[in-house]
Amino acid sequence: MDRSDIAKLAELARIEIADSTVDEVAKSITDVLTLVDQLQAADTDGIAPMAHPLDATQRLRADVVTESNRREDFQALAPAAEQGLYLVPKVID
Amino acid sequence: MEWETVIGLEVHVQLATTTKIFSGASTAFGAEPNTQACAIDLAMPGTLPVPNEQAFRYAVMFGLAIDAEIGKRSVFERKNYFYPDLPKGYQTTQLESPIVGPGHVEIQLADGSTKSIRIHHAHLEEDAGKSLHEDFHGMSGIDLNRAGTPLIEIVSEPDMRSAEEAVAFARKLHSIVTSLGICDGEMSQGSMRFDVNISVRPKGTEEFGTRTETKNLNSFKFMEDCIALEVERQIDLIEDGGSVIQETRLYNGDTKVARSMRSKEEANDYRYFPCPDLLPVEIDDEFIEAVRQTLPELPDARQQRFVEQYKLSEYDAGILAADSATAHYFESTTEKCGDAKLAANWVMGEVSAHLNAEEKDITSSPVNTDMLAGLIARIKDNTISNKIAKQVFEDMWQGEGDADAIIEAKGLKQMSDTGELEKIVDEVIAANQAMLEDWLASEPDKRKKKMGGFMGPIMKATKGQANPGLVNQILAKKLNSML
Amino acid sequence: MHNLTIAELIQGLRNKDFSSVELTRHYLDRIARLDSRYNSYITVTEDIAMAQAKEADERLALGDAPALCGVPIAHKDIFCTNGVRTSCGSKMLDNFIPPYDATVVENYRKAGAVMLGKVNMDEFAMGSSNESSFYGPVKNPWNTNCVPGGSSGGSAAAVAAHLAPASTATDTGGSIRQPASLCGLTGLKPTYGRVSRWGMIAFASSLDQGGPLTRTAEDAAIMLNTMASFDAKDSTCVDQPLEDYTAGLNNSLQGLRIGVPKEYFGEGLEAQTGERVQAAIKEFEKLGAEIKEISLPHTDLSVPAYYVIAPAECSANLSRFDGVRYGYRCEDPKDLNDLYKRSRGEGFGEEVKRRILVGSYALSAGYYDAYYRKAQQVRRLIKQDFVDAFNEVDVIMGPTATSPAFEFGAKSSDPVAMYLEDIYTIATNLAGLPGVSIPCGLVDNKPVGLQLIGNFFAEGKLLNAAHQFQQVTDHHKQTAPDID
Repeated sequence: MDRSDIAKLAELARIEIADSTVDEVAKSITDVLTLVDQLQAADTDGIAPMAHPLDATQRLRADVVTESNRREDFQALAPAAEQGLYLVPKVID
Repeated sequence: MEWETVIGLEVHVQLATTTKIFSGASTAFGAEPNTQACAIDLAMPGTLPVPNEQAFRYAVMFGLAIDAEIGKRSVFERKNYFYPDLPKGYQTTQLESPIVGPGHVEIQLADGSTKSIRIHHAHLEEDAGKSLHEDFHGMSGIDLNRAGTPLIEIVSEPDMRSAEEAVAFARKLHSIVTSLGICDGEMSQGSMRFDVNISVRPKGTEEFGTRTETKNLNSFKFMEDCIALEVERQIDLIEDGGSVIQETRLYNGDTKVARSMRSKEEANDYRYFPCPDLLPVEIDDEFIEAVRQTLPELPDARQQRFVEQYKLSEYDAGILAADSATAHYFESTTEKCGDAKLAANWVMGEVSAHLNAEEKDITSSPVNTDMLAGLIARIKDNTISNKIAKQVFEDMWQGEGDADAIIEAKGLKQMSDTGELEKIVDEVIAANQAMLEDWLASEPDKRKKKMGGFMGPIMKATKGQANPGLVNQILAKKLNSML
Repeated sequence: MHNLTIAELIQGLRNKDFSSVELTRHYLDRIARLDSRYNSYITVTEDIAMAQAKEADERLALGDAPALCGVPIAHKDIFCTNGVRTSCGSKMLDNFIPPYDATVVENYRKAGAVMLGKVNMDEFAMGSSNESSFYGPVKNPWNTNCVPGGSSGGSAAAVAAHLAPASTATDTGGSIRQPASLCGLTGLKPTYGRVSRWGMIAFASSLDQGGPLTRTAEDAAIMLNTMASFDAKDSTCVDQPLEDYTAGLNNSLQGLRIGVPKEYFGEGLEAQTGERVQAAIKEFEKLGAEIKEISLPHTDLSVPAYYVIAPAECSANLSRFDGVRYGYRCEDPKDLNDLYKRSRGEGFGEEVKRRILVGSYALSAGYYDAYYRKAQQVRRLIKQDFVDAFNEVDVIMGPTATSPAFEFGAKSSDPVAMYLEDIYTIATNLAGLPGVSIPCGLVDNKPVGLQLIGNFFAEGKLLNAAHQFQQVTDHHKQTAPDID
C-alpha cells in the first residue's frame, strides 16, 4: 500500500484523508492486509463461498402499499432541503 | 471500405407494480417530490429490504414470453457507487444469478424478413431517484420518489446490424412488456429506457470493434437518430486514421447532439458482492407454472392468429398485433363491421396517421371502434365512396358525430339513382363535344382509358357523390351506343 | 434496589415492594451521580423513563402487566429510538433523531420496560475497547484505568456499575461476550436471525446480532424472551416458534457433553485466565457433564476471514452516510465530491474509516477472488468445524477473551492486536451460532469470562448450563468495587 493506492481507495470510498496521515493509514491498512493474507494458506478447492450463516431462502412481500407520506418527518433530519427536495451541490453528469 | 454496424441493447423496463421492489411505498407516477420515499427508500439507518413478490412474478412472465430459462435461485448483489439519487450508496441488482436466463426475441423488418435477437439475460434491480437541475441557489434538488421502483434490465447479445434492427427490437420489447401488462410502456415518463452499445467493423470481418455505450434513450426516434450519428462518428474517426475509445456517451434527442460522459479509465469499480441483507430467492416449478397460466396472448402468437383468422399479410398482422390495444381496436372493429381487410386498412391508415399526428394513444382515439365500424359499413353498402369516407372520418375525428349523422347532415350520400345519373352523363357528354369526337376517333384499345376524361366533370357536377362504378357503367353504355 | 436482578425486580414490582417510579428515579439518580466516572451513557432519557414508569405503575395496579412491566433497562445507542437521538457512537449521527423504533426497542416498550437512556459504544460497533466512540471512552467499573471491552462497552459498564439492571447490546464479532467477560457479566449472542435487525444500525449484516447484557443467566433468559421475535421486516430474521427461555433453566446437566477445543488454549491465552476457565469447566463435571477435548481446526483463520467479510459488508453498509439526507454534512462543500469526501472524512473516526478502506479494497476489481471470495470459502470451513463438533458434543466451552481487561491505549495504536482480542468469539459470528459469556473468576481483581457456544437455536440449552453453573458458584455475584 503506497500513497497512490490509498488515494485511489479514498476516492472509491469517498473519504477525505489528510495528507499528513496518509502514511500512517497506509501502514495500518498494510498491517491488516498482512493479517488477512493468512487466508491464502487455506485449502479451499471446491468449497462454495458462504454468504449467510443459515441456509435460508428469501421471503417475498405482497405488493400492497404499507407506507404513507412522512416527508416532513424525514426532511426535518436533512442538512439541506427545499420545496420537498434534498439539496446537494450541483450534480453534473 | 464498407462498414458493418454492431449493436447491442440494455433495456430498463419499469415494472407496473403497486409498490417498490424492496419497500411498501407507492410507485404511482407524478407525486409531489419525496412523498413516496419511505424510510427504506431513503436508506435511513437500520432499515432493511424485503422483496416484492409481484416484481418476481412479472420478471418470470417476461422470461416465459421470451422462451428463457427462469433462474430458480436468484441472488441480489450490491453495486457500489456514490450518487445523490442512490440513497444507499449501492444499487441492489442481480449479477451472477439473474432471474431470467438466455432467451430470444423475433423481429420483423420492413423488407418482410425476420431475425432472431438473442437475449443474454434479464435481471431485477431497483431504479434510482432523480436529480433536478433547476437552480436552487447553485444546488441540485433530489427527488427520491422513483428510488426503489422495480426494474428488469434486459441485456441483448450484440446481434443487431442496423438502426432499423435496433429499433425493431426495441419496439418488439415494448410490445411484449405492454402485452404482458408488466410495464405501462410510457416512454415519456421513463418507463422504458435504452442503453445502446455501438461498434463498427469492416464488413466481412469477425472481430468486434471498440464499442461505445450511449445511455438513457427514451424514444425510438432518438435511438434511431443517435445510432446514425454515432455510426457516422465512429466511421469518420477510423477513416481519418483515429480509433474509437471505449466510453459512455450521452445523447440529447432534442438538440441531436451527443457527447462523451466518461471513458473506460474513469469507469467506476463497482465492487459487486452478494447483498447480506437479502437471501437467495428460490422460485419453484409450481410458481412458474402458475405464472404461465396467467400469460396473456403474446404478439407473435397474435400475429399468426391474425394471418389465419383474418387472412391478413404477415406484415399487416405484425403491425396490428404488436400492441394489445391496437390489436383489440382492430378486432373489435372487425367484429362490428364484418370486414377484416377494410378494418385493417383503416386502422393502419387513417387511424394510425391521425394518432401519430396528435401523439395520441389508440385507447384515447376520438374515433372509437363503433364509429369506425359504422363508417366501414357505409363504404361496403356503397353509401359513400372511399374518398368521401376519408372526409367523413376527418369529421368524426373532429367530434361531429358518427358516420351516418355526418353523411346525413352533409348530404354526402352517394348518388346511385340511375335515372338522375343518366341525365347528368348526357349533359356532360353534350357539353364536351371535343372530348367526344376524340373518343370516337381513338383506337378501340385506348377507349377505356380515355373514357376517364369524362369522370372529372361528372364528379364535379355531382359534388363527388356519384357512385363511381355506376357512372362507369352508364358512361360506357352511352358512349358505345354512339359508335 | 440497584443490586436486584431483573427476576427480583419483576417480583418486587408485582409484590408492590417498590413502584416503577421509585425504581426508575433511583436509577436515574445513580446515573446522574455516578456515570461521570464511567461515561457509559450517551443520552439519558429521564422524561421518557419517568413517563413510562408512571404508566407501568398504572398497569401494575390494574393487574394488566406485561412481562417486563416497570423494569428499567438501557439500550445500546445502535438501536433506533423514535424521537431520541441515536448516534451509533459517531459524530456522523450526533444530530440524528430517528422517526422510528428498532423492533428490539418496540418489543421492550410493548413488554412494559422503561428506557433509562442510550448507552455508549465503539463507533458503529467497530472496536473491542470502546475507545473509538465519538463520545469518549467508557471506563471499566472494575478498574477505571482499563477498558470495558467493546463494542457494547457502555452496555457492559452501565450494568456492571449498577446504572441499569440490564442492557441491550449487539455482537458482530464478540461485542456482547467480550465486554461481558471484561466486566463480569452474563452476555448472550443469540443465533443469527433470532433477534430482528430492523432499526439496528448495520455494521456487517451477515454477522450482526442483538442480545442482552445482564448480571445472571436467568436475567438473560428473561431479556431474550422479549427481545427475540419473528420480524417480517428483516429478511434474515428466522420464522421459527419462540420459546420460553426460562423454562429449561433448572434442567439437570447430567450427561451434558461438553467439548473443549484445544485451539482455544493456545499461546495467545493469558495463563491465569486459562486457569480460571479450566477450573470453571471442571465445575461442570461436578454437575454431571462429560468433558472431552475437541478440535476446531480452522480457528486461526477466523480473524483473517472476519477482517475481510466484516469490512467488506461495512464498506457498503456505511455508504448511506453521505451528508445528503441526514447526519453530518461538512461546512461549505465546494462540489458534490467534496461534500462526500469531507462529510465522510470528518464524520467518521479512524477505525471506521480504516475498515471502510479495507473493505473497499477487498471488493475491488482484481482482489475480490483473493480476498472476499476466499474469506467466504473459509467461512464455510469454519462453520463446518462447528457442525462436525456438534455431532459429538452439546456445548463447546472455552475462554471468551484472551485476558482480563487491558489498560487504555494498550492496543488502540495497533489495530491488528485489537482485532486478535476477539479470536475466541469471532468464529461463532461467522458460523451464526449462539454464544454466552459468564463470569468465572478474577485475575488481578478483574473478571474473566467463560464462553459457552451452542448449536443453532440452542440458546435454551446454553442458558440452562450457565444458570446451573451460577447456582453452584458465585462469580456472577461479585460486583465491581466502589459502585456505591
